[in-house]
Amino acid sequence: MKALLVGEVRQGRLQGASYEAASFARSLGAEVVQFLVGNPAALPQLAGPLYLADAGRYGEYNPSVHKALLLEVVQREAPDLIVFSHSSYGWDLAPRVAAALGAAQVSEVVGTAEGGYVVPVCNAKLRRTVRPQSAITVVTLQPGAFAAAEPDGTPAVTELTTEATGRIVLSGYAEAEKGDVDLSKAEVIVSAGRGIGKPENLTIIEALAKALHGEYGASRPVVDSGWAPHPRQVGSTGQTVAPKLYVACGISGAIQHLAGMKKSEFVVAINTDRDAPIGEVADVLVVADLKQFVPALVEKLK
Amino acid sequence: MKILVCIKQVPDMESKFKVNAAGTWYSGQDLAWRLNEYDEFAVEQAVRLREQDPGSELVVVAIGPERVKETLKKALAMGCDRAVHIVDEASFEKDPHQIAALLAATAKGESFDAIFTGMQSQDRGSAQVGVLLAELLGIEAVTTIVSFACEGRTVRAARELEGGLKAQVEVDLPALFTCQLGLNTPRYPTLPNIMKAKKKELTVLPAASLSTEGPLAVTAGVAYPQKKGGALILEGEIGEMAGQLVAILKEKTTVLR
Repeated sequence: MKALLVGEVRQGRLQGASYEAASFARSLGAEVVQFLVGNPAALPQLAGPLYLADAGRYGEYNPSVHKALLLEVVQREAPDLIVFSHSSYGWDLAPRVAAALGAAQVSEVVGTAEGGYVVPVCNAKLRRTVRPQSAITVVTLQPGAFAAAEPDGTPAVTELTTEATGRIVLSGYAEAEKGDVDLSKAEVIVSAGRGIGKPENLTIIEALAKALHGEYGASRPVVDSGWAPHPRQVGSTGQTVAPKLYVACGISGAIQHLAGMKKSEFVVAINTDRDAPIGEVADVLVVADLKQFVPALVEKLK
Repeated sequence: MKILVCIKQVPDMESKFKVNAAGTWYSGQDLAWRLNEYDEFAVEQAVRLREQDPGSELVVVAIGPERVKETLKKALAMGCDRAVHIVDEASFEKDPHQIAALLAATAKGESFDAIFTGMQSQDRGSAQVGVLLAELLGIEAVTTIVSFACEGRTVRAARELEGGLKAQVEVDLPALFTCQLGLNTPRYPTLPNIMKAKKKELTVLPAASLSTEGPLAVTAGVAYPQKKGGALILEGEIGEMAGQLVAILKEKTTVLR
């Protein structure tokens, strides 16, 4: 079996996708070839062949062109498996490649079983095993599901070019707004999820954060609803945090949220649903309505 | 301008899911159905674009059994002009390639200038169908958008990347856009608009009349995740649990010392 690993570069920096893909491919015993639209100064330190296209020339995001470059490598190397990260780059490019190859794509793979790939469905409440039926398979890996491989050498680079053009122009990047809070430095974070029900209930969360001498955070739906500012958002599209204590209030535990807080030293979840996925990363799960429990907890802490 | 929005009806994600008898998906019994959350943003953006250009037509399409009509009616009440219901009792068994083929067969020949979808469904979550549809139609796709502005035939959009970073992109129509949560503020259908929606055109097309593409991938099984069971579970009286938790925090963490 041969696996083609697709790396990612953003703002000139190599992302972690290559190392996780390498460890996944090794777990399958696959021979590995790498592909990257990037620059020679930021190559994955993984031995073996690597096809490199110049991001300066082709852009860091230019999906039709990246697709053409990748298809060129597929033609030369005839891989059985093409491995992306389930990231904003991966889920954008992978289906284009799958469509061109008539290949099955399995998204957000977290493991293998029964001759197939295991993926979470229904907000990780269920797991589905998918068996591809096509000659080539495209997969995107859930970030963090496979431990990153250790660097083991320098790749042997083959340069790639293409005449292909795309109609999407990347005109620049916009950094996230910086607020007056840096959650990554907080020792205690008390986060509010959809379970708070209405914006007024955020004061309950703030009161607990204050009682624990910490900061309050929020899950994505709370920020999207405009109930809390973006610098307070914990998760893959917000802050990644690792406090001594993380209290998740009314947060079900979508994978994007878990990605941002699972390195916390101690996790308390307060949720009415005993089966909420947040229970998987919690040390203590309090099965209760946060609107009743959190004020009672604040009272005990006085 | 001709605009298409593709939507999906999904169960409320707070539901208790049961695995179906075949062990291939969740059981459809005892579930509350709603518009896929990502698609709410897609419908809203499509309606705003339609309002920007009064000569436009906005079509909404969904695939699934009879109950899907309710979700299509919501989209009509939000401001879509007409609906297409691709009737398919077994759409839950289809892979993204088959779903995209059905949508492409519906869209072909209509020359849509802009197509919107959610960036993924809340139940299956493959994030593939929108991009596959664009590939089948031979148009560009911009995924995971969190802002959208159209001037003439040029769209400026922001894609959401990781860690709060956004990419500013430009593309000329025709193009497809997959919509991320927070793109806009979806409107609630008003009562007069709900009444008006009842009179709007709803075309019914049997799935088999559009595409008989086979699957590229099949479901081997669906199961509950194995619980690691690491969490200590507290249940019972509120004040008692609060006391227990304070004791645990004193013992296991340094934050209360």
